[in-house]
Amino acid sequence: MTPTHYLVLSALLFGIGAVGVLVRRNAIVVFMCVELMLNAVNLSLVTFSRMHGNLDGVIMAFFVMVVAAAEVVVGLAIIMSIFRSRRSSSVDDANLLKF
Amino acid sequence: MTTAPEGFEPVTTATGISASAWLLIALPLAGAIILLLGGRRLDKVGHWLGCATVVVAFVIGVMTFMQVHGLADDARVMDSTLYSWIPVGSLQVDFGLRIDPLSLTFVLLITGVGSLIHIYSIGYMSHDPDRRKFFAYLNLFVAAMLLLVLGNSFVTLYFGWEGVGLASYLLIGWYTDRPSAATAAKKAFIMNRVGDVGLSLAIFLMFKEMGTTSFTGVFDRIGDLAQTSPGSVTTIALLLLLGACGKSGQFPLQAWLPDAMEGPTPVSALIHAATMVTAGVYLIARSSPIFDLTADGRLVVAIIGALTLLIGCVAGCAKDDIKKVLAYSTVSQIGYMFLAVGLGAGVYALGIMHLLAHGFFKAGLFLGAGSIMHAMNDDVDMRRFGGLARRMPITFVTMACGYLAIIGFPFFSGWFTKDPIIEAAFAAGGTKGALLGGAALLGAGLTAFYMTRLMIMTFFGDARWKELKSTDGRDYHPHEASSVMTIPMIVLAVGSVGAGWFLSSHERLAEWLTPSVGTFVEPDPAIGKTVITIATLVLMVLGVLVAYLAVGRRPVPVRAPEHVNPVIRFARADVGGNALNETLIARPGTWLGRTLVFTDVKGVDGAVNGIAATLGGLSGRWRRWQNGFVRSYALSMLAGTLVLTLALVLVRFA
Repeated sequence: MTPTHYLVLSALLFGIGAVGVLVRRNAIVVFMCVELMLNAVNLSLVTFSRMHGNLDGVIMAFFVMVVAAAEVVVGLAIIMSIFRSRRSSSVDDANLLKF
Repeated sequence: MTTAPEGFEPVTTATGISASAWLLIALPLAGAIILLLGGRRLDKVGHWLGCATVVVAFVIGVMTFMQVHGLADDARVMDSTLYSWIPVGSLQVDFGLRIDPLSLTFVLLITGVGSLIHIYSIGYMSHDPDRRKFFAYLNLFVAAMLLLVLGNSFVTLYFGWEGVGLASYLLIGWYTDRPSAATAAKKAFIMNRVGDVGLSLAIFLMFKEMGTTSFTGVFDRIGDLAQTSPGSVTTIALLLLLGACGKSGQFPLQAWLPDAMEGPTPVSALIHAATMVTAGVYLIARSSPIFDLTADGRLVVAIIGALTLLIGCVAGCAKDDIKKVLAYSTVSQIGYMFLAVGLGAGVYALGIMHLLAHGFFKAGLFLGAGSIMHAMNDDVDMRRFGGLARRMPITFVTMACGYLAIIGFPFFSGWFTKDPIIEAAFAAGGTKGALLGGAALLGAGLTAFYMTRLMIMTFFGDARWKELKSTDGRDYHPHEASSVMTIPMIVLAVGSVGAGWFLSSHERLAEWLTPSVGTFVEPDPAIGKTVITIATLVLMVLGVLVAYLAVGRRPVPVRAPEHVNPVIRFARADVGGNALNETLIARPGTWLGRTLVFTDVKGVDGAVNGIAATLGGLSGRWRRWQNGFVRSYALSMLAGTLVLTLALVLVRFA
């Protein structure tokens, strides 16, 4: 197992996540896709850390996890409140803020 | 002493009555302010107040004259510094008065003739509901004119210079219901501004080159400047001349003066004949130390004078409007004065002497013309007059005195003052002397022609007015004016007869003016004075004869003949004065203005508004991008990131 495989996996996961964000309408699914992208990045950070033989990437990954956790808290709260007021969790329905 | 920063002590500090010379200016100024602010309740006494201030100023002027006359020659030039006026860094201008023979001569002329014309105006303006305001403006004029001649620096002079310009503007446009009066007032004001630009540039240049604008300082340092940079002295002189030309109606700025006759006749007599228009001559005589140092400058003055005197004469010959004839006659007589002061050192006094004599006879002639207008329903067309001598004997006799004076009839004023100028012109020698003298001589003949024409058409021949009605449909009932109008005319007529002899005998005026303009040198023409005097008389008689043959022996047509030869047409068209201004200044000015407006609207505004409109239009389209769909934003971000990444990779590996 060379580190390259991990990087390929990471890229695949990131691509799946990105496509999910773009094509899915359900806010929860979009949210999960964002998580997928974050974790793809985490995987590549850890891999690079392994390749270069230092711990910078690992520490960075921890930071990403912490931030992601906080983001989930805020994001889910927002999705909840939008769902309460509009009876919908579709991101395309929440389009009032525009030109 | 406030003049100390400049490093000059005042000539002599004025004492006695001279120290109160400020009263001369303050009195008419106070009169003007009281009359303007006093409102309708002063309507009954306003004209008396207006006259009183000027008459009292005249009395003070005479007392000052007596005091100065009693002093020794070298003590006659005095300064009276009133207060520090403009103390700004190295520019220190004091508000001071110069009391010397030259300024006192003018003070007496202004207040003397001014008093007579004020008194005359009581009668002339008696039917005008705004007579109080008229006297306020006249008083304002007298105050400004006295400031002009009494100021002891060029800046003070300029203050008065602008003041008389304002008063002249207000009074030319007096009849506010006439569009022609408004146009004439504007024309006078604008053409005067052209000259004033010259005067102000001259003052700036003096300050730049010599660091001072006071008469004492400038005349003290002008000698050094002539050593180091003679060009500057000539430039200053020519710029002063431009100012003088504007105020005095000299070529090329002469066209406003005939139009200024739209004002009431006392105004024409006081401002546009006797005093204000002679301010240019005063300016040049006052600046004699500058003109003494530049032969080129003097030559230009003399040429302008000679040219203008011919222009004035030629135009005067063809006009039918009695006031315009007199106006052109003023233009040409001031041309004589310019010629005299342009001939330079030694003969300045001749210009001033003709100016004084002219002040009497021209004011008298104008007041006579006013009296005729008063009698003839304000008509000015001489072709409608005729045979008025019997109806208005006093007007006829007083105007005849002025007429004989202006044509230079022996032993009348003009004979004593105009002949010496012609002699001095010939005395300049060479081609220059012959040309200048010839012009002056020819002018004398033409003057005799047009003045005789005026007198014959007005006072002799058939009474053409009997068959006519005036423009407002009334019959003419010519009558002699009241005594409040005739007495000033009689006094001026006495002056027209005697002033020339009085001023010239024993070189009285020339000696009196010596401390101000230098010693008088008797001109000595090569061809001899007697020859010139005889030539002048012959030309004068010829002029009178030709005029008699033209209008005296044949009936004068009431309508001006339309088919006339080109010379007369040219003279009727103001000798091209207006056409010249129109072609050289007005049209190019209009074009320049239009080009600038076009550049501004299409170019500058176009660029600014164009950029704004483009940006506005673009943003209007662009904002549609913000469509509110989160997923499209996400796509944009992804696309942007991809582009950036691609760019990085390309830069890295290309």
